[in-house]
Amino acid sequence: MNIFGCIGSYGCYDLGEIRDGEVPANKGVSMFKKALCLSAGLAVIMAATPALAQTEISWWHAMDAELGKKLEEIANGFNESQSEFKVVPTYKGSYPETLTAAIAAFRANEQPAIVQVFEVGTGTMMAAKGAVKPVYQLMEENGEPWDPSGFLAPVTGYYSDTDGNILSMPFNSSTPIMYYNKDVFEKAGLDPETPPKTWAELEEMSRKIMESGAAPCGFTTGWVSWVQLENLSAIHDQPYGTLENGFGGLGTEFVFNGDVQTKHWENLKKWADEGLFEYGGPVGGADAPPKFYSGECAIYMNSSASRAGVINNAKDFEVGFAPLPYYDDVTTDPKNSIIGGATLWVLNGKDPEVYKGVAQFFTYLSSPEVQAGWHQFTGYLPVTNAAYELGQEQGYYEENPGSDVAIKQITRGTPTANSKGVRFGNLTQVRTVIDEEFEALLAGNKTAKEALDAAVERGNQILRDFEAANS
Amino acid sequence: MQTKRTIFPNKLLPYLLLTPQLAVTLIFFIWPAAQAVKSSFEREDPFGFRTTFIWFENYTRLFSEATYLNSVGKTALFAISVTLLSMSLSLLLAVAVNRVLRTNRLYTTLLVWPYAVAPVVVGILWWFMFNPSIGIAPYLMRGLGIDWNHRIDGTDAMLLVIMAASWKQISYNFLFFVAGLQSVPQSLTEAAAIDGAGPFKRFWTIVFPLLSPTTFFLLIVNINYAMFDTFGIIDATTSGGPAQATNILVYKVYADGFLGLNIGSSAAQSVVLMLIVIALTAVQFRFVERRVQY
Repeated sequence: MNIFGCIGSYGCYDLGEIRDGEVPANKGVSMFKKALCLSAGLAVIMAATPALAQTEISWWHAMDAELGKKLEEIANGFNESQSEFKVVPTYKGSYPETLTAAIAAFRANEQPAIVQVFEVGTGTMMAAKGAVKPVYQLMEENGEPWDPSGFLAPVTGYYSDTDGNILSMPFNSSTPIMYYNKDVFEKAGLDPETPPKTWAELEEMSRKIMESGAAPCGFTTGWVSWVQLENLSAIHDQPYGTLENGFGGLGTEFVFNGDVQTKHWENLKKWADEGLFEYGGPVGGADAPPKFYSGECAIYMNSSASRAGVINNAKDFEVGFAPLPYYDDVTTDPKNSIIGGATLWVLNGKDPEVYKGVAQFFTYLSSPEVQAGWHQFTGYLPVTNAAYELGQEQGYYEENPGSDVAIKQITRGTPTANSKGVRFGNLTQVRTVIDEEFEALLAGNKTAKEALDAAVERGNQILRDFEAANS
Repeated sequence: MQTKRTIFPNKLLPYLLLTPQLAVTLIFFIWPAAQAVKSSFEREDPFGFRTTFIWFENYTRLFSEATYLNSVGKTALFAISVTLLSMSLSLLLAVAVNRVLRTNRLYTTLLVWPYAVAPVVVGILWWFMFNPSIGIAPYLMRGLGIDWNHRIDGTDAMLLVIMAASWKQISYNFLFFVAGLQSVPQSLTEAAAIDGAGPFKRFWTIVFPLLSPTTFFLLIVNINYAMFDTFGIIDATTSGGPAQATNILVYKVYADGFLGLNIGSSAAQSVVLMLIVIALTAVQFRFVERRVQY
């Protein structure tokens, strides 16, 4: 594994490093492997153009297909705007794969300058203080303008440490919203312009859709753990974990087995049995989008960044966009939803020259034009207020109805400790546990209460492991 | 028996000639294995900043974990089912092809094809056919009143991975069985036929016992295959789910180590797997080479 990690990443040695003849500090990596990597790296570099004046900045990301092309466009835009630095984006697979690759590379001193890490990995990255160069520090050191208040409040909140400093560069943030099939609504005798606001309405409409034969299924969802638990808790102002949902420290424990969450999971099970709700699979829920695209399910909850895909695939019906539903017997004032997506982390162990380039690139990246372009193309949130305002000035939101549902939902009201977000180490594992317990519930092996209790118990064990490994 | 011996005066040369092979073995096998053993006694954060030596804690935790014991059970079920299913089907096919005189080359060629398909592709194929929302198989089964959903139902999921993994392995077993059948002397079966033994009797009393070296070899190979080479199939069809219903040991190593970043536990699991492979290999060398001879 280590060997592959090394060979797979030799191309990412920064030219600056090699030129200075600087070998990264030994972290207990065997000399042999280092020699192997180094010689492989050198061979590649010698074969390439010998005299490159530009400093290369490696950027590992997890954006494929359309999103990946757009990302490369951004990198090219920066490269053409100046001649000193060259940002080289590399696609490393899914979010978990990219994170794992970066960690393996770091252990072998082959890390990229910038790596895109999904929000689930935030706890892990924050705990790895020695591996990360905080972005606020990077910008300060390199004299680049840096104004945390320019970012959307929920974004700042999610990615700041306890002292209020932003540690990673917000890039692609999303939040879950509801997509619905207007044609099916019409066929079922519902008003296509009035999507369900509450879960009660959603249940009633789903039933009507099924009974009228307009569609065989009411709704489906991507990301059960993120949408039907993390966001559900935030919207209803319910705690997800102790110590302010984990923001307060590593000693946190999960408490997402409260009454609201239990009732919701009970409902989901009931609706699944009736056929109103169809499960789209674990993690991101790979089966959920086709269920919606094919017209099988009338309503679909997923990331706002699914927008591009939905618009591309919903060829023969009209799509409506709406905020996530809430339980009106729990709250009449639904809170903001929480963040998903990813940020850019800067890794330690690079040349000052490289960091100078990274800082300049980040300034470019957060300029209103670049951010607004990315946001409008992908459906991710505009992470800066300026990008949002630019979109408003351009009249983008009027031309594209529904494109501001996500941003309105995530910025509504004042965030509470429960709706600021969640921060837990090893959250990837916890989400897997949640998926498993949800599947046990759907299979009828456990009640909602049993499933959530088990998820909390297993999740807490994972948190204790993380605490033990990081303190 | 006296063999002709060549004496090399140079003491160093043999070692020099062995060096490349030894180097490959050391770098790609011994060294990573040693690393795994080392990590299995440690607790470490993903980035490797803090490493604590914790003796056997990873192992003791492993064997007290319900999920790990579940995985052991699933692996046993999976390996036995795949081995039995793929071996019996391929034996049936091999016997059938062996009886066909003219077109047996054609059948052989066709039956070997699946072996050329990469495991992940196999996984995707079966995932596609059995996908609860877009697959053809659940659609047909719904017509028969069977509600197939391996996304939720653990039994369905296990059946699916067993079918996919067996299908892939049938070609390999088939080839060996065909070769084995061809080496069974015709004279023996003919003699039995003259004595009045029917086809079934001939098969079970003559052909099958004579095939036993092949069968035993395949048994070991198939168990090995089901336990270690089916990672791609599991990953592409069920990813170990639902609710760990198909989380076999080798997949769990990956999921815990690479997705969960729990390196200590993952290393301990891979050491356990390593011991299983060593045991299987020992069995193979001891018995395949010696006992099962006729």
